[in-house]
Amino acid sequence: MTFIWLWTDFLLWVLFALSMFAVVKIRANELLRQKWQKIFAQPLALSAFIVFAFYILIGLSDSIHFRLDNNTTTYSVLDRMLLPALEAEEKTYSTPLNFEQFSKEYLDNGLRGRVHLNLPPAEITNASDNTKNILAISANALFYAVGIFLVFILFLEKFTPINTKNNRSAFVTIFALMFFCTWVALMMPNYHILGTDKAGIDVFYKAVKSIRTGMIFGLLTTLLALPPAIILGLMAGYFKGKTDDVIQYIYTTINAIPGILLIAALVLILQVYMDEHASDYASSLERSDLKLLLLCVILALTSWTGLCRLIRAETLKLSELEFVQAAKVFGVSNIKILFNHLMPNVMHLVLISIVLDFSGLVLIEAVLSYVGVGVDATTMSWGNMINAARLELSTDPVVWWPLASSFIFMFILVLSANLFADRVRQVFDPKGDDNA
Amino acid sequence: MWTYILRRALYSIPILLGVNLITFLLFFMVNTPDDMARIQLGAKHVTQADIHTWKEEKGYNKPLFVNTDQSGSAVLTDTIFYQKSIPLFQLDFGHSDSGRNINKDIAQRMWPSLALAIPSFIIALITNIVFAMWMVMLLGTKLERMSLIFTVALMSISGLFYIIIGQKIVAGMWHWFPVSGYQAGFESWRFVMLPVLIGVVAGLGAGVRWYRSIFLEEINKPYVNTARAKGLSEQQVLFKHVLKNAMIPILTGVVVVIPSLFMGSLIMESFFSIPGLGSYTIDAINSQDFAIVRAMVFLGSILYIVGLLLTDISYTWVDPRVKFK
Repeated sequence: MTFIWLWTDFLLWVLFALSMFAVVKIRANELLRQKWQKIFAQPLALSAFIVFAFYILIGLSDSIHFRLDNNTTTYSVLDRMLLPALEAEEKTYSTPLNFEQFSKEYLDNGLRGRVHLNLPPAEITNASDNTKNILAISANALFYAVGIFLVFILFLEKFTPINTKNNRSAFVTIFALMFFCTWVALMMPNYHILGTDKAGIDVFYKAVKSIRTGMIFGLLTTLLALPPAIILGLMAGYFKGKTDDVIQYIYTTINAIPGILLIAALVLILQVYMDEHASDYASSLERSDLKLLLLCVILALTSWTGLCRLIRAETLKLSELEFVQAAKVFGVSNIKILFNHLMPNVMHLVLISIVLDFSGLVLIEAVLSYVGVGVDATTMSWGNMINAARLELSTDPVVWWPLASSFIFMFILVLSANLFADRVRQVFDPKGDDNA
Repeated sequence: MWTYILRRALYSIPILLGVNLITFLLFFMVNTPDDMARIQLGAKHVTQADIHTWKEEKGYNKPLFVNTDQSGSAVLTDTIFYQKSIPLFQLDFGHSDSGRNINKDIAQRMWPSLALAIPSFIIALITNIVFAMWMVMLLGTKLERMSLIFTVALMSISGLFYIIIGQKIVAGMWHWFPVSGYQAGFESWRFVMLPVLIGVVAGLGAGVRWYRSIFLEEINKPYVNTARAKGLSEQQVLFKHVLKNAMIPILTGVVVVIPSLFMGSLIMESFFSIPGLGSYTIDAINSQDFAIVRAMVFLGSILYIVGLLLTDISYTWVDPRVKFK
């Protein structure tokens, strides 16, 4: 078994390490710890965070790629977990949890009928048997989920200071996620949970695989946009004068170019460039991965200006305050003032912009795919799914499940991110409304 | 005041120069004119001679920045950069790579874009402000908290969902409006209604929250307390004082986008097949017509800068405290 590290894998894990480091730092700092406790004290925010963390976990498990020795395909850890869905090959459409194909065709016996799917058990031949089977599996899953949940609660009561009587909504969320996991684990070897698409590929598999793409869009873009935004923003606000003029000029100019057009133009150019250098990439996986990364770079290029402007304004105010003046008088070097004294004081703006931008970036991925300047066609993403499923709505009878699945998966991620972001902004933004 | 406006206008010239330089670098340095010729002529079986004639036809057969074959000022002027930039500043966009006159296309396609963008803009503005005011009036109640979460949910739904579902249900199943298409003149309202409606609903969540935060910032200011202490009713405080004062931050956000309405909406226009500038741009992106994309990028930047200028002017109009320094 050989591990394969894609660029985005590497960067995601770097990001993960950075956030773990930030958690350690926050725990050491009394003031920050109190703020974060205040964030999680709101049940809605805590639940949203748990769901969000669950998505991240899936995304991370999809970011460890390896190749088995006797095989040429590259798998991720998530692929191995979803193996039944990945390997069951159907011919064409089937509705969620169905045992036979969506459309009728001529069978071997010469009659017209629906072909039995490969994955569901062969002994199920009519709809009522199918419903019974599904209910039985669901009941089983519920049983396991309750068991695991009770063990989990007992463990928390026994070994941690967490009070399980409080935080009811958080535990409801955790239970819901546990039930979801056991249900999927039991259902997947027997059914296509969300049906199959035109090419017979499991829709649930596609929707889950898209989580990683959405996460990379939302997280990596901001990560890439942070260094220019922070450094230039601090410099403009602190040095003022000529430096400020130049930096202001740069971001006004970039802002002046309509965002989506700039992105479209950059991606067009990127596409032409990659087509001409197609032979440089070892595999199509690496090629599509590189394109995803470069797309994030492009989005970052167009999106750092907003944060930069905020940081500049804040630094302008801060640099007039006594502690900065005092540092100057004591002969502290400019670099030290910038990074030791000013930067920690604008970090709340950085945090707010990370969480607020995340959901917008996930949503824009779908739009970019529609415009034709999105991720590679071979990359699984909600945008590609929506784009492919758009025409299926006009068929009769309507093929609704690929579209619905991608929208629901996207909606839950974006909603949890938005709810959490809202709370973070409330606590960290001094101007924020305080009706909580 | 006129000197102030003039100075602001002069300030936008270096920005436009910068925009032009960036777009030029993007479109000509990363992909050389040879690459563009290959795309336009079709990738296979293109001889060097074909490329050469194509470049000569389109005026791309010159050096990029410095022409060492010429003398005097022609060293700089007889280059692609100079030849392709100067007409842009005269708003002459020339011909597209496929040979169409871009200016003519823009003049023709501007009207459908405006027919869609202006009603969308006005209706969205009014609805958002009304809902935001309503939420501020309910401040602290359970209903307000519920509607706040509701706006977050609205915001979390992909815009594509509103479009696809709206088109499918309202037009496809109920037949209230045509599914897509456009007709010039008075009849256009039938085709524009649905996209306007969908646009307003799709922007409602984010819009209401934005206006709400502006109102909330105002409502915590001392003058509101004074007004209340004088015994004004809550309605009078909100509509006479808060709304009036909130106009300043609202104007900053709103005026700047007004000129950009010309550009139309990429997504809406292409979903509803409205022959405006948005769908023009999308078609150009899909057919990799760099001349059109470049023209639209430049036009968009000009409109944005005009928007900034208008914002500055409107400031002085609503807020006499703003000094022209």
